[in-house]
Order: sequence, then structure tokens, then C-alpha cells
Amino acid sequence: MSAVIESHHDDHHHGPAKGIMRWVLTTNHKDIGSLYLWFSFAMFLIGGAMAMVIRAELFQPGMQIVEPAFYNQMLTLHGLIMVFGAVMPAFVGLANWLVPMMIGAPDMALPRLNNLSFWILPFAFGILLSSLFMEGGAPNFGWTFYAPLSTTYAPPSVTFFIFSVHIMGASSIMGSINVIVTIMNMRAPGMDLMKMPLFVWSWLITAYLLIAVMPVLAGAVTMMLMDIHFGTSFFNAAGGGDPVLFQHIFWFFGHPEVYIMILPAFGITSHIIETFARKQLFGYSSMVWAMLSIAILSFVVWAHHMFTVGMPLAAELFFMWATMLIAVPTGVKVFNWVATMFRGSITYETPMLFAIAFVVLFTIGGFSGLMLAITPADFQYHDTYFVVAHFHYVLVPGSVFSIMAAVYYWIPKWTGNMYDERLSRLHFWLSFVGVNVTFFPQHWIGLAGMPRRYPDYALQFADWNMVSTAGAFLFGASQVLFLFIVLKTVLGGKKATPEVWEGARGLEWTVDSPAPYHTFSTPPKVS
Amino acid sequence: MFQRLKNNYRTIFYSLLTASFYPAKAFAQWDNMNMREGVTQVSRDVFELHMLIFYICVAIGTLVFGVMFFSLFRYTKKRNPVPATFHESTKLEFAWTLVPFLILVAMAVPASKTLQDIYQDEEGEINIQVVGYQWKWEYKYLEDDINFFSNLSTDQDEIYNLVPKGENYLLEVDEPLIIPVNTRVRFLITANDVIHSWWVPDFAIKQDAIPGFINTAWTKVEEPGIYRGNCTELCGKNHGFMPVVVKVVEQEEYDNWIISKKNEAIKLAELTEKEWSLAELTSRGEGVYEKNCVACHQASGQGMPPIFPALAGSEIALYDKSRHLEILMEGVQGAAMQSYANQLSEVDMAAVITYTRQAWGNAENGDGAYVVPKDIVEYKKPKI
Repeated sequence: MSAVIESHHDDHHHGPAKGIMRWVLTTNHKDIGSLYLWFSFAMFLIGGAMAMVIRAELFQPGMQIVEPAFYNQMLTLHGLIMVFGAVMPAFVGLANWLVPMMIGAPDMALPRLNNLSFWILPFAFGILLSSLFMEGGAPNFGWTFYAPLSTTYAPPSVTFFIFSVHIMGASSIMGSINVIVTIMNMRAPGMDLMKMPLFVWSWLITAYLLIAVMPVLAGAVTMMLMDIHFGTSFFNAAGGGDPVLFQHIFWFFGHPEVYIMILPAFGITSHIIETFARKQLFGYSSMVWAMLSIAILSFVVWAHHMFTVGMPLAAELFFMWATMLIAVPTGVKVFNWVATMFRGSITYETPMLFAIAFVVLFTIGGFSGLMLAITPADFQYHDTYFVVAHFHYVLVPGSVFSIMAAVYYWIPKWTGNMYDERLSRLHFWLSFVGVNVTFFPQHWIGLAGMPRRYPDYALQFADWNMVSTAGAFLFGASQVLFLFIVLKTVLGGKKATPEVWEGARGLEWTVDSPAPYHTFSTPPKVS
Repeated sequence: MFQRLKNNYRTIFYSLLTASFYPAKAFAQWDNMNMREGVTQVSRDVFELHMLIFYICVAIGTLVFGVMFFSLFRYTKKRNPVPATFHESTKLEFAWTLVPFLILVAMAVPASKTLQDIYQDEEGEINIQVVGYQWKWEYKYLEDDINFFSNLSTDQDEIYNLVPKGENYLLEVDEPLIIPVNTRVRFLITANDVIHSWWVPDFAIKQDAIPGFINTAWTKVEEPGIYRGNCTELCGKNHGFMPVVVKVVEQEEYDNWIISKKNEAIKLAELTEKEWSLAELTSRGEGVYEKNCVACHQASGQGMPPIFPALAGSEIALYDKSRHLEILMEGVQGAAMQSYANQLSEVDMAAVITYTRQAWGNAENGDGAYVVPKDIVEYKKPKI
């Protein structure tokens, strides 16, 4: 194609198609980003509804609302949906919207792959959710699906579960290949690696983690499939297999997976704090190195999830020390954020509120993580509500808050409208109170000895469980407000300027709000 | 179903009402908010380690959040309209990499030391094999050739809120593990079906029970008493209903208990020889069924298909006595049904098979054939 023809394109053919087929056939990174974000929000509400079932049952000791068998299905699906359906697709959606605009590229490098990687997701979760209506019920072995509970002793729907995990994995791998190819090949002239915005860096690292570990997960579920249907004994001790092998494989995937769900959050938080402190981010290069170290360390700490399986002393010591080491780069990130705020010129719009809450509450989750790394103490914490409190602190006010912060921060760019500042502050405060009331007391009941994945509990845990349930319903209800705010912003509101925020830095703020359907058809120059 | 929901709404309403009154009295119990110190040297070491790391975290948190909240209040746009421009400092960044590293080393030293103590795992004065089953524990005293199962003893009516809950709700068993005080006891922990985990907080022992593997743990308890714990690895439907209870007694009491357990075994052997009537077997079998079978096959014999098949009206329970016996003795390959050959005595085995062939109209609809303890003895003899 010659340059002469292309110069006419912008004016005539490049608007979005009309009707539903726009969304089915789209190869536009902004459309696909929106699809991912809406899909993830739907999953967040479904997984959240399951959490409400769990918390309602735990409101009081005794079985009131559901049977133990169904309770196990709820906690399994809640975990799977939140991890694979809500948090991961939300970050992929943000990457789709933002990475091309941040690096000055016209679109993702592989647009049709992009369409495919989104559109297989609804099928994966359709299959997973349909298992609720199957004979024997949905998967009931926890999101960690330890063999042999998930093989020999599993309900028949486990095969559908395996198929759906395969599809999710394929989607993630395609998505991350796309991100890597885009970042490596399509940066605007002058944008060296060490000039890339941190969100782009965080996604580059995340994408490599995904490519490294999703095949491992696929291997694990394939071995399960073989054990269940084809008479192998990978995880069956009676046939010469090893149930602990399953856990090693699962957590070799699972621990990097944890960082897949937090690294993009680091990127987002860095941008927001920098903007609202009106001061350049402190320690850019140490931020990059910290993310790289965290990613590399994530491959050598997996067995800290399995301190009680009976490993030799040397292994326990190694995994304890390696895990503690992660506190160093994580600490560097927190110190850098604080140093960015120090002597800044700070205002408190909603994205900043969420980002500050992220720093504080994620750090609390980091502290409990450090405590969990200490092997002898972990013998007491392991599989109690202390662990539940820990990972919810890093995932809810961690990952989820960062996603909400990102939505508030970039939604004026996406829609061209400002969100309702008053309502969004209310949303922040309700979520903040809700999340802490829900999860903070879980530290206490965990230390006092309440095991996780219990549908019922001894009487001394009754008070704090009641509080926790009250907090959970507050948090759940306030997300309906979030939905309302987002819809209101999509439909109208005060018009946003191209810069949107006073202190914002980055290429995405140089294009109009809303961002045109095609941006950076001609690459910008980065100095 | 609807009646139950209705009752629940009522209890939820009343508890909300009462909840607003009791924060002051119930919430101030620190025991319910922190780790237990426990009753062994190891558990105290672990507790101290826990408190040490906790205080270090609190100190770091206070410092970091202190600087942060100071900045958030002091450097608002109103108070500091012109932001500073600094954005790196090699010295500072080096310092806050090195100092945390040193703090971590300071934590790792006592932690590694305690871990080594926990791994001092030579043979005990008493050695007990702990076996996890869905959903109960079996304890085998290896020196004394004693073994028994430990089942949850909380009544189903308490769980379903039909009667008030007792003090040790969900933390009580029909027969606790009994060990003597001030004696080194070693546990050899394994499982029969899925992975379980044996946890006694007061001993700081939590060790996974894994089918095909034997994990070890040891303890030396310093105070007599009753110590309660749980299964801590998701093991299926009744994961929350298989507590661990350990009764620690003085040496003399322990010795007497061992003797009485041995006498029990002799009495049981006599029962096996006895001639049993159908009525006797059925009534004993009902008790065995309630303890061992209802969790899956349900009191009504309807089971929870497709994983736990119904026994009422089942072809095997109606017409196939020998297959019925075989299933109980060998379990079912690739299914949730385990072998009960080592879990039930000959008498109980015969009784429960007889009961399930008589109950729920099975006797009327099927051949009504029944099994006596001698049949089980016969089955267990090696076949040539």
C-alpha cells in the first residue's frame, strides 16, 4: 500500500463498525480493552456473589444457608473466577487500552490474535460455571485443586474444569505474546527500554511470567486428566505416583501467578502517585530492577506454600530464606512511593485515594507475607484464616484497588467524560472500610486457630466472623455503586481535557479525550 | 427447607440485635485474637518467633507509614504549591536496600535455629501412627498394638441449629488420642484417601497426612490437659468436621488406660465367637452405620449420587451379599469408597452389612441375607 492511499483512510473508513458485530469482529485494541474490562467486571460480580454466599454461611456457627458440599463448590469457584476471570482479564484489558497509547503505537502488534484471546474467555467461564448445574456439582476441591482430591475423589465435572483451565491458559498465553511483541517492536522512535512508562515495564515482565508458567499449569491439569481418564498414576501413590508432585508443579505455576496479579498494580500505582504528587517518580530505574528481581525470585520460592508437606530441612531453610529475600525489592518499591510523595504537591482525587490505600494495605499484606515466610511460625499460620487475610489483603486492596484506581484515572481518557468525584469518593470510603472490616479480623481468628475452607467453626470464632461478614456485605454492596459510577461516566459527564490531570506525564495524555478510535497512526517523537 | 430458612432469618435477626450489645465484653478477649503459646518448648519458641517478627513489622510499619502520612498532610498542594524536583539518590536507595536485608538476616537466624529444633526427629519413647481418613483420624500405638478411630462427637442437631451448641462445639471427639505428660512422643502421619493435615496448635505441630507417604512430628508436652485441633488440608465435604483431640495424662493414668484398652480387645474377640441373632446384629449395625457411613450414604440410605450411591434399593444391598462384603472389605477402586477392613472389627463389619441389608425396606425388597462375624473372619483368611 502506498502512502498516498493511507492518507485518506483516517477520514473515511476507520471509525468503529456498527452493531453487535463491531464487538465480535473487532481488532481494535481499545475495543478489545473495553471487552476485557467489562468481562472482568461481570466476573468480579459473579465471584463476589459467591463470596457473599460464603460469608453469609459463616455469619454464625452452625450450618444455615448451604450444605458443606455446596460450600466447597462456592469457595472453589470464587477463587478460580476471581483469579482467572476478574483480576487477570482486568489487567489484560488495561494493557490493551494503555500499552499502545503509552508507547506511541497505533495498535497491538497482533490484532486478530488479540480478538481470539478475548473471545475464547467467555467460553472458558461458561464451561466452568455450567458445571454448577451438572450431576455431582461444580469442582469442590479449592482453587488449588490438590490431587488426589481433584482426581480420584473429584466430581465428574472436573473434566470440564480441566478443559476450561486449558482455554484460560491459551487465552493468557496469546495475550502475553501479543504484549511482548507489541512492546518489543512498536515503541515510538526514541523510547528506549529505560524510558518506557512503568506500567509498560510491569506488563512486559508480567507477560514473560505468564508465558513461563501457564504451560506448567496446562501440564498439571493434563496430568490430572490422564490420571482420571487414562489410567496413569502421576499423582496416585497406589500406582507409584506422588501427590506432593502435584503441589510442586501447581505452585511452580502458582507463585509467579501471584506476581502476575500484582506487578501491573505496581505500574499503575507508580503512575498515579507521580501524577497527584506532581513530582517525578522517585527511583525509576530501581523500580524496574525491583520488578525484575521480584519476577526472578518468584521462580524459586514456590515451596513456601507447602512448608507442612514434610520436606527435608535443607529445602525448608532454602525456601524460607529465598522468600524473605523478596521483602527487599518489595520494600524498595514502597520506599520509592513514599519518597515520591515526600515534598510533593499532593491532591486527593479518587485515583490517588485508591493508590494511597493500595500502598498502605498492600504493605500490610506484605508484612503478613513476611511472617508467613518464617517456616516455624508458618506451621501455625498455614491453612488458617491468617493466610486468607494475607492473600486477600494483597489481592483485594492490592490488585483490585489498583484496578479501580486505574479505571478512575484513565476513564476520562477512555470516555471523554469526567467521573462523578463525589460519588467516587463515597465508593472509595465504603470499599476501604468494607475491605478492612472484612479482612482485618481474619488475621485474629486465623491466629486464634480457625482453619480456612471450613463451612462451620468453633464458638470462640463467632464474634469476629460476624464482623467479617458485615464488612463483606458492605464491600460487596459498594461495588454496585462502582458499576453505577462507571455507567454514568460512559453515558455523560463533564468533558475531559486531553491532559485530564494537572501533573500527568506520558503519551496517552497527548491525544484527545476520548482517545480517537485510532491513535498514533504516525509515531510520535520521544525525546 | 423453607421452615429452616425462616428460622435462620429469625436467629440472624436476634444475633444482630445481641451483637450490638456485646462488643465490650466478648471482643476484649485477647486469647481469641492471637496465637497460643502452647505447652511445649517448641510451641513457646514458635510463639516468641511470631511475636518478634510481629513487633519488627509494627516498627517498620510505624516508620514507613509515619513518613508517608506526614508527607500526605504536610505536602498538600495547598501547603506546598511548588513540588521539589529530586527523583533519585543512590545513597538513600542503597541504604534502604541494605538495612532491610540486615533486618531479615536478624530474623532468619532465630527462625532457622527453631526450625532445626523442630527437625530433631529421632524415635520417641512412644510412637503413634496417625492416619487421616475422610473424615476421621485413626491412632495406632505401635508399641502396644492398640488402635482406634477418633470421630467428631458433636451432634448433627447442634450443627443444624436445632439444639443449643455445647462448649466444645466441633472440637470434641468420641475417643481422643491419649499420651503421657513429659514423654517424647513421635507421630508417624499418613493418610488413607486424600491429603489431610494433623494440627494441634498447643504443640505447634501441623503436618500433612499424605497417602503413600509417612511424615513425622514429635512433641513432649509439659502440662496434662485436653488439647484441641483440626484437620487443616481441604479433604472434601466434611473437612470442617474431623477435629483432633489429644488428652495428656500422668504416666500412671496412661499405663492404666493401656491395660484397659488391651482388655477391651480381648472382650471384642469373644464377641466375634458368639452366636449373633439377626435383631442383635441389626441394632448394633445401626450404631456403626451412624458413626461411619451417614456422612456419605446419609441416614436415609439415599446417598448423594453420583459420588455417593444410594444403599436403599441398591442391587448389591438387595441381592448380592458377597459383592456387598467385598466392597466393605476392599473399597471401590477409583471411587470415594474406601476399605473398612482395618477400620471396623469383625463384629461391627458384620453388623453394619446386616443393617444395610435390612434397613429402608431392603429386607422386604431383596433376599434379606445377612452376615455374621464368623463370615468376616472366614473372608479374612488367606485364600489358596
